[in-house]
This record gives sequence, structure tokens and C-alpha cells, in this order.
Amino acid sequence: MRFVDEYRREEDAQAFVRAIRARVTRPWTLMEICGGQTHTLLRSGIDRMLPPEITLVHGPGCPVCVTPLTQIDRALAIARRPGVIFTSFGDMLRVPGSTTSLLSVKAQGGDVRMVYSPLDAVRLAEQNPGSQVVFFAVGFETTAPANAMAVKRAKQLGLANFSILTSHVLVPPAIEAILSSPANRVQAFLLAGHVCAVMGTSEYGPLAARYRLPMVVTGFEPLDLLQGIHMAVSALEEGRVGVENQYTRTVTAEGNRPAQAVLAEIFEPCDRAWRGIGVIPKSGYQLRPAYAAFDATARFDVADITADEPKECIAGEILQGRKKPSGCVAFGTRCTPEHPLGAPMVSSEGACAAYYLYARAM
Amino acid sequence: MSAKDTAGDPGAALLAASCPVPAGEGETILLAHGGGGRMTQRLIENVFLKSFDNPALRELHDGAVFEVGGARLAFSTDSFVISPLFFPGGDIGSLAVHGTVNDLAMCGAQPLALSAGLILEEGLLLSDLSRIVASMQAAAAGAGVPIVTGDTKVVDRGKGDGVFINVSGVGLVAPGIVISPKRARPGDVVLVSGEIAVHGIAIMSLREGLRFETTLASDTAALNGLVAVLLGALGEKVHVLRDPTRGGVASTLHEIATQAGVGIRLEEVRLPIGEEVRGACEILGLDPLYVANEGKCLVIVAREAADEALALLKAHPLGRSAAAIGEVFAEPRGTVLLKSRIGGLRIVDLLTGEQLPRIC
Amino acid sequence: MPMGVVSFGGITKEVCFAYTPEVVPGDWVLVHVGFAISRLDEDHALEVFRTLKELGELGELDVPQPARGS
Repeated sequence: MRFVDEYRREEDAQAFVRAIRARVTRPWTLMEICGGQTHTLLRSGIDRMLPPEITLVHGPGCPVCVTPLTQIDRALAIARRPGVIFTSFGDMLRVPGSTTSLLSVKAQGGDVRMVYSPLDAVRLAEQNPGSQVVFFAVGFETTAPANAMAVKRAKQLGLANFSILTSHVLVPPAIEAILSSPANRVQAFLLAGHVCAVMGTSEYGPLAARYRLPMVVTGFEPLDLLQGIHMAVSALEEGRVGVENQYTRTVTAEGNRPAQAVLAEIFEPCDRAWRGIGVIPKSGYQLRPAYAAFDATARFDVADITADEPKECIAGEILQGRKKPSGCVAFGTRCTPEHPLGAPMVSSEGACAAYYLYARAM
Repeated sequence: MSAKDTAGDPGAALLAASCPVPAGEGETILLAHGGGGRMTQRLIENVFLKSFDNPALRELHDGAVFEVGGARLAFSTDSFVISPLFFPGGDIGSLAVHGTVNDLAMCGAQPLALSAGLILEEGLLLSDLSRIVASMQAAAAGAGVPIVTGDTKVVDRGKGDGVFINVSGVGLVAPGIVISPKRARPGDVVLVSGEIAVHGIAIMSLREGLRFETTLASDTAALNGLVAVLLGALGEKVHVLRDPTRGGVASTLHEIATQAGVGIRLEEVRLPIGEEVRGACEILGLDPLYVANEGKCLVIVAREAADEALALLKAHPLGRSAAAIGEVFAEPRGTVLLKSRIGGLRIVDLLTGEQLPRIC
Repeated sequence: MPMGVVSFGGITKEVCFAYTPEVVPGDWVLVHVGFAISRLDEDHALEVFRTLKELGELGELDVPQPARGS
């Protein structure tokens, strides 16, 4: 497959590993923010190919993992209502709320359906005028434009039976939260290439300047990650700060203007709670007043459902890269993919699940 | 219950409980219990094995082999609940017949006869039933195995998904043939008879919420002819045969590694995967190693027979894309490792339930 | 809403092109949840290989094992 296979050749990957070894003179801690990148790193075994001086910590890059218990409990409450078709991306179906998950609600007779695209949910609403179709709109900035277009389309079609439960999260405020923490050890970031494909790179320059560190916009294939790590390590070794772009075949500095325009039309930034981390100011999206009618929280009156996180799950520490899954006392014993205590174990992109599946016994 | 290394094994703690269905599982059957991963395994261990325990069953192979008057009989059963009933490449009928013929072949047996039990949902079109039955006959005739007995029941509308089919079968294992997961030994080579993940992706393309256009058809087929060629030429040098149905190649090899107490190491670059399957897996974020296969088998042979086994497979119409994909090692026991395309190493573990598409 | 068809190694899927209006048939795009969100620049796509070549020429790929300093 073009633009995929070329970035997976062993010879080139090994060349970058040697190049990284050639540059490294001291320990460095890097963080990647995207669940898809975590997945590639562990699945390809890159984490174990790097020289020991490099520590990779995995950031809160899995939108499913950071969706708070409260939002999931609200989703479950809505999904249980008769006459509701509750739609979601595949991964969200398994995440446990306070007591159960969407998959279990489905097992008990709720109409819960997986969709590939939010437009599929809009189509379901068109085809089922007698049902209320709700879409669980999670995701980073990569997914938000798709969710925004679904709402725009629903309004164009005059659909009275479509609404979304929003749980969008934004990357720059999360990075700021991590960098401003006194416990932070991250010295360079690999930025999520697909988030930047939408938003561009301009939001990151001020962050890199203020906190004085390198940030490299990185793709998702093994070679992209290795080149991104090489660029980050080179910048660290040379004392350079600022944003660099490894993923130039997809990412431009200004990003995708039509997508940004629709985002600005439908959504506005708001404070958002991140599971296991707490509220990060202006780190989420909510529907603008003109589109408030499509908000499922209001339509189904679930705003007073709230939930507390289980104490044992250190998801917050994992998500901020302060601990590795293997450092958690519950990892692999009380917390496993079958009975997860927290979201990073549930989502197949979560750091804990990735560790459990790929790296546990090694 | 077999002793296992409990580090990271969620089953051990739960299984120590006295309740046959530990609370951690929840109180109801979930779709994930049918996924071929850990939950399926635990359902079998906690519910079925606990009650039905006997030596033949404990082998936990695709079929049971036991002695009757000096001959070795193989006996197997398989049920089919697929939706949609008809799909490119086959239907529930051909799938069911091939499934049990293959289970018997995976025991090293020559299939002799099949039974067919159908549970029909009220409202099923008679024309659909005729089509399915004709397909079953064609599949059976193609495999050279007669359907000699059967049963039909009808359930109320809403209770049945159209048709559920159970096919059971008996076969004869020739002297000198011993196929068992426990025969996998260090040095053995792991072969697959053709491209993986075809059936699972073909069916997925018809699923609500995931539809895409593809020319892919299910690769469902009877493998008894292919297996007979292998066993005829190589005899007891063929150690293990298994068809990687639900849970895919990964789950099947994981089971074998666990049952045999060996390690298996795969090389990603050697896995035969077609372009369309790769494309579908890329869009949906699926790992082809965990996607269901039909009409394909894994063959674990003694090292000295590997080249000949591969040649025999490739010479057969159902084995043209066969490949050697890995090797058996003494360590790490009960573990499947994969050398990635870029040369990194990782574990290939059992999934909990079904693999779900990822959004990132 | 402009829709079109994208091929992934032979599998085709209908995708929304509202965010990549400049794309023409034959172009390569990045697809996410049913939307084309970026057009692939083929020239930039080769950059990583040019970088590897330069690193090779600079002798940065010849490192004796094990790594320095460890």
C-alpha cells in the first residue's frame, strides 16, 4: 500500500535507530500524545529498540480513556431510554462507567450501535424518524470536524431526532497542564500528526517558547515515529527549542482551514474534565448557542448525573506520563482488559491496554 | 485446571473463587463470550469443562479422538449463527458443512459422515431454506462426505436470527497419525495454508455501521483433501493442525502454545495478507492476526519436513498462497511473540472479547 | 455535502470531501472517520528518505554497538 509500506521497512527503521544512538549523549524523557502513536510504538517494538538513555512516556492521547465517568454514566442513562438509538465509535462501547458499559446495556436490550463515521448516525436519524438518535461525540481535534459536520448536516436537514453527547478534548491545554505541573519530567513532545493536520502548528509555538522545549509534529508509521524521535533528540542535544515538523506530507503550518471554519461555527472552547486528571480550563468543545438544540445532555435531561472515579486507578498519573502502567500495583492483577479499573486499560489505544497486550511479559 | 504462570493472568485469581461464574464476568452472557478470546476460554473452563470433564474432552482440540474396537474415531461438532445468512463466497449452510469437515480434518481424520440440525425461525422464507440446504449438499458432495442424519425445529419469530445450524461429524484417523496441540515441539515450523483474515473482513463489510465496497468473498472451503495430501506424504511428521476461525491466527496459536507449553515466534513480514484485507484493516484499525479465517489451516510440522510441506500446500488449489510464518521454541512457554516488520519484538496475546475498530 | 469514493488497497468507501475541496481523482488523502482531512503531498512524502540518505553520507548511521555512554 502506498504511503504506508514505505514507512515500514526494516532497513530504514534500523538506520534511524542507529542515527538516534549516534546522537544521544545523556538521558532524555520524551512524551507522545496520541493513542495511535502509542499503539504503533508498542506494536512495532520501537520502545524496545531505542537506546536506554531515551525514556518514552505516553501522554493522555486516547480520547476514549480521558472521557470522564460522568459522561459515560450519562451516555448509559440515555442509551437505556426506550425509543433511543445510541450510536458510538467502537472503542467507547467497552469503557465501563460507574457500574456498567454500553456493550452491557446492549446485552440487556438497549439499542446501541457502532458506527464508523458520525455521518452514519445522521443517516440513521433520517431513516428512523420515530427514534431519537444520539451520537457519542468523543475525540481530539482530529475527530471534532467530523462531529461538527454531522451537527451542521442535521440542522440543514431539519432533523428533530438527532443530538450529540459531547466529550471533545483539545491537545494544547493538556500539554500546558502537563508542562506547568511541578512534577513534570517531560523534556520534549512528539505532537499528534493528525491533530495538527486539522489545527496546524501555530498553537504550539508559544507553548514551546514559554516552556523552552522542542516539539516535533510526528506521523504514525514506524518510520515517522523514529524520525520524530531523532529530530527531538537532536534538538535536545543541541539545546534548540521550538516546533519542528516531521510529518510534512500531511501537516502544514496553517492546517485545514475549511475544517477550522466549521469547528468555529459549531463549537466553542469550554472547561472540560479529563478522567483521572480533573478539570483543565478551556480544554474541551461545547455546542455554540445556535446549535444548542442538538445537545443530548439538555434534551435528555441528564445534567445532574455525576460520578466519582475509583481510588485505585492511577489513570491520571499514567495519562500525564508520571507513571508507567507497569508501575501501577493493580496492573495485570486487579486491573486487566477483562475487568479494567480505569479507561487506559479499556481502550485498545490506552497505554495500559497497549502494555498489557504487547509488552507485559518482556 | 491447568497450572499457569499467574503473573498478569486474570483468570487465576477469579478461578480460585468457588463460584462457577465469578462475579467479575457479570451475570449474563455477552457477545464477547463468543469472540474466541479470553472470555470464551474462561466460559469453556468455568462452565463447560467443570461439568463435562473427561479425558477426551480435556484435549480441547477441534474434535475428540477415541478408540473403538482397535480403530480411532474422531467426533466433532460446530454450530453456526452467522448473520447475514448469505454472503459473497458462501452462506450459513456451506460454512456449517465446511466447518465440521475441517474440524475432523484438523484431528487428522478422514471425515466419514455428517449430521445437520437446524433451528428455523418462524417467518424464514422457504426459498431461503432451500437455498441453504442445496448449498449444504453441494458443500458435502464437494468434500466427499454425506449428510446422513438430521433434525429440524422451529422457534417463534424474534427468537432465531433466521437459521441456526449445528453440524456434527465422525471420521477415521489412520494408524500412525497423531495430531495434537501437545505435539508441537521446539524446532518445528509453523505454516499457514494461505492469505489470512479474508473471511472476517468479507463478513465485516456487510455489517451495519462498517459497510465498505470490496470484491472480497469468504474463503470458506473444505480442507480435508488438502490435509489428506499432507498426511499421506508426511505422516507423523505433521504435529499440529488447526483452523484459525474466530479469534484469528493469533488466538489459535496462543491456545496451541499454552496447551503445548512452548513458545511460538512469528515474523510479521512473512504473514500472507492480501491488499484488500490490509486496506480494510487500515481503515478500521484492526489487526489481521485477530480476524476470523475460514478455508485456511495452520500446520505445525517437524523442521525436516517443512520445505516439503510448503511445496505440497502450494501445489494444491487451496494452498497456493501458503507460507512459513514462524517457528516453535522452548521459551517463553505459552507465549506467542512477533518480530515486527521493522525488526522490533512484541507479544501476541489473547484479546478479551471481540476486536473493535479503533478511531485513532 | 461533497462526497466521493476512496480506495484503500482495493477496498472502496464513500468519504466526505467537504474539508479537502482541492482534491482531484488520483490524489492521496488522509481519511478519518469518514472524512478526508488532508491531501498527501507526494514530494514531502519522500523527505524522510532524503534525510536517511544525508545521515548516511554524514556517517551518522555507522555507530559501533553497544551505544556510546551506556
